[in-house]
Amino acid sequence: MATVHFTLDGKAVTAEADEDQPLLYLLRDELGLNNPHFGCGLAQCGACTVHLDGEPLRSCVAPASIVEGKTVTTIRGLGTPEHPHPVQQAWADEQVPQCGYCVNGWIMTAAALLRKNPKASDAELRAGLAGLKCRCGTHLSIMRAIKRAQARLA
Amino acid sequence: MSTLSRRAVLQAGGALVVAIALPRLVPVVDAAAPAMPALPDPSQLDAWLAVLPDGSVQAFFGKMDMGHGIEIAIAQIVAEELDVDIERVSIVMGDTARTPNQGGASGSTGISNGAKPLRNAAAEARRLLVEAASREWDVPVARLAVAQGMVSVIGEPARSLSYAALVGGRKFNAPVEWNKSVGNAMDVKVKAQPKARGAYKLVGQSLPRRDVSGKVFGTRDFVTDLRVPGMLHARMIRPPKAGQVVGHVDSAALTTKYPQVQVVQDKDFLAVVAPREWLAVKAARELKVEWRPDTAQKPWPGHDGLHAWIRKAPVLKRDDALRKGDVEAAFAQAARVVDAEYEWPLQSHACMGPACAVADVRGDRATVWTGSQKPHSVRDGVAKLLGMPIEAVHTIWVMGPGSYGRNDAGDAAMDAVWLSKRLGKPVRVQGMRHDGTAWDPKGPACVHRSRAALDAQGKVIAWDFTSRGLSRVGVSFNEADPRDTLAGQSLGMPLPTDIGFGAPSESYGFANKRQAWEVVPPLQERYSPLRTSHLRDPLGPEVHFGSEQFIDELALATGQDPVAFRLANLTAPRDIAVVKAAADRCNWTPRVKPVIRSKKQDAVLTGRGMAYATRAGTVVAVVIDVEVTPATGRVWARRVTVAHDCGLVVNPRGLVQTIEGNVIHGLSRTLFEEVQFDADTVRSVDWASYPILEMQDAPEAVDVVLLDSAQSDPSGAGEPTIRCVPAALANAFYDATGVRLRRAPFTPARVKKALQSRSRKA
Ligand code: FES
Ligand code: FES
Repeated sequence: MATVHFTLDGKAVTAEADEDQPLLYLLRDELGLNNPHFGCGLAQCGACTVHLDGEPLRSCVAPASIVEGKTVTTIRGLGTPEHPHPVQQAWADEQVPQCGYCVNGWIMTAAALLRKNPKASDAELRAGLAGLKCRCGTHLSIMRAIKRAQARLA
Repeated sequence: MSTLSRRAVLQAGGALVVAIALPRLVPVVDAAAPAMPALPDPSQLDAWLAVLPDGSVQAFFGKMDMGHGIEIAIAQIVAEELDVDIERVSIVMGDTARTPNQGGASGSTGISNGAKPLRNAAAEARRLLVEAASREWDVPVARLAVAQGMVSVIGEPARSLSYAALVGGRKFNAPVEWNKSVGNAMDVKVKAQPKARGAYKLVGQSLPRRDVSGKVFGTRDFVTDLRVPGMLHARMIRPPKAGQVVGHVDSAALTTKYPQVQVVQDKDFLAVVAPREWLAVKAARELKVEWRPDTAQKPWPGHDGLHAWIRKAPVLKRDDALRKGDVEAAFAQAARVVDAEYEWPLQSHACMGPACAVADVRGDRATVWTGSQKPHSVRDGVAKLLGMPIEAVHTIWVMGPGSYGRNDAGDAAMDAVWLSKRLGKPVRVQGMRHDGTAWDPKGPACVHRSRAALDAQGKVIAWDFTSRGLSRVGVSFNEADPRDTLAGQSLGMPLPTDIGFGAPSESYGFANKRQAWEVVPPLQERYSPLRTSHLRDPLGPEVHFGSEQFIDELALATGQDPVAFRLANLTAPRDIAVVKAAADRCNWTPRVKPVIRSKKQDAVLTGRGMAYATRAGTVVAVVIDVEVTPATGRVWARRVTVAHDCGLVVNPRGLVQTIEGNVIHGLSRTLFEEVQFDADTVRSVDWASYPILEMQDAPEAVDVVLLDSAQSDPSGAGEPTIRCVPAALANAFYDATGVRLRRAPFTPARVKKALQSRSRKA
């Protein structure tokens, strides 16, 4: 067991984790967070994505110790219904989710992508979203939502 | 119907309300649970609707919204009939204690079948409420009007009564005429006449869904997020190779290292359980199991040898689904015969996350939280597994990581129940990725033999289409019997023997016609990762990949444009209208042979193709504009046009997004998806070994034309479009390249090979 100290969705937390425990299981098991999700445990789908100091991170393969002294943001910390992140607002406006299990990966990745490159072209968006999965096939709604968010950010 | 007079109510309770049909004032929610809870009785209006004390309405829906937005559509239908504000209507879904068994999510019938009894029940509730007000005021019904949940006397606005005042918090105690069907066909007849379509104000509008905010802000719990006090975490251990059975299990080594871990073994049912999830994951990895071969198990043919194996395998059952005229006689007279064969692989549901369920079995009761799209079937299966009456099993559906048929969710539920029973504690089971990809029930692989007889003028005089493949119900499409689940099979229960397949659904008027199917034995008898079952639109994409490609082959073989050929041979007016609508929308230009629009190796070839099909009353035509890059083997469906007629449209936006999802899922299955396996091991275990479509390959646009034939009842939309996608893409590929792809998926390697062999021939 090792102790980690970090900021989680704006709050300082201290938690115990096994040496080999991925961050995802720390967040879910030890801290009782219901986001992010387990989709593959292999960094192949994005369902577990959080931001680590603003950068998207696949928490299913990152060791929990990686967060020491850093800031972790989950989709709940990204925005709220009262103060939504523009990407979340666009997702709601476009009614993107079907089952919704994948949403975490897309929103967290898109939010980081647009922060770096708010005017990303279609090709840049498609490349930047590589590796994310949505089994329900909401890809068209996702692109509409990102373009809506881009318009709002412009 | 036992109706109390107003006076009797006033004498009995003195309250200024009218109990329209009720001797006792019973709260909607009983405070004390009875000894054995009664299941909702579909022959009672109260099983379908409740008006709460504040006048808001709950509708009890025995199907669920799996993500297509039918929750809001059902609310629209109920609010429409009841004349209440849509905001005041909530839908209770998939809870076996609170909803009649309407069969869960099944066959795209959420609206077409599922809404029917609720629409009738809502109309009946409105009728009873108006009658109650009529009695209260002694004013004829014809002089009463309803708006926003208020009944009032026309022209006397002061005389009005709310639904809350009339029945809020109490039962209707009114019968409805249940047709005694259970599942999709469940319906009720009522005295009330539902509204005429011309009067609809809510139905037909794109009202927003209610589940979006919780999903976008991460505040909604999935089945994977449930935590029950004292809950343990489990991981199932499956045999790594075909037919293996559990030999020695070194539980001692594991539990010495992790004292909190338990190993549960019953025959081949093997699991590790731990108080923390990560510990369960680790323990599952570290448990040493000696696996023994099952000597009866024959080697699998491997995915590359699968279709040859299917061709040679014995036929368990043949069904001539359609026979018209004399096919053999027509072939004997043919001036020319055109024939082709098409092959479709085994495919995985590969849901976004592996399935999860939580079960709490205590004494003579069981509670199960499941993502299964058929919670009532889970209830029935659990009752059989535990030897309990179904009333003792409470199953609650909670949205899981997607579901497109009989996926792994039902297996997880049964596993959790067995473990909870064994351990006497609530148990949560979730799979690892390989459980969702390698061990889910598969969409069946198949081969389609097509031939057509032409006369001297090139007219089709006979059509003969025979599919041969694995059963669509190798395990049943639901979990109502534990023998159909991994738990039941690993516990040694005898196998069910269901056989089913499917045939093309179209209206081509060829004079002589045969559609037949033949089912071959499963690859492995029991406890198999390659067992087959329902995957979105069971056999729809598979079968029409053959039949609708063959239509194009026939058209081009006789020098006809494929759209003109369809229009000339289709017989159903709605089918013709849909094909025309798709062709018009995309400005289809006639083509009678592929025109290769570039010869350079690195260039992009373009083409377009169509396919059409029907499904349970819905008619769809799809046109795909494709770009093929010969150098890389990439096939991109850049633009997709869909013409869709599913009768009355309840929520156009939800419908369009449902169609878009069908297109993406269909493209993914046609381009990428094939379960890979060798003689004894499934090799498709994750997203790297079972790739699906990602954003790079999503179309630029999907253009949907909705043909709202408002005269027809609504039919389904969750599946019909997907059955057109594979053939439309194959036809477009041929138009672009002059090469036929008769085997799916069109992986880059396979495409490159097909194009190279063409250029060698050229
Ligand atoms: S769960 Fe982490 S990438 Fe899939
Ligand atoms: S919405 Fe279901 S996986 Fe994306």
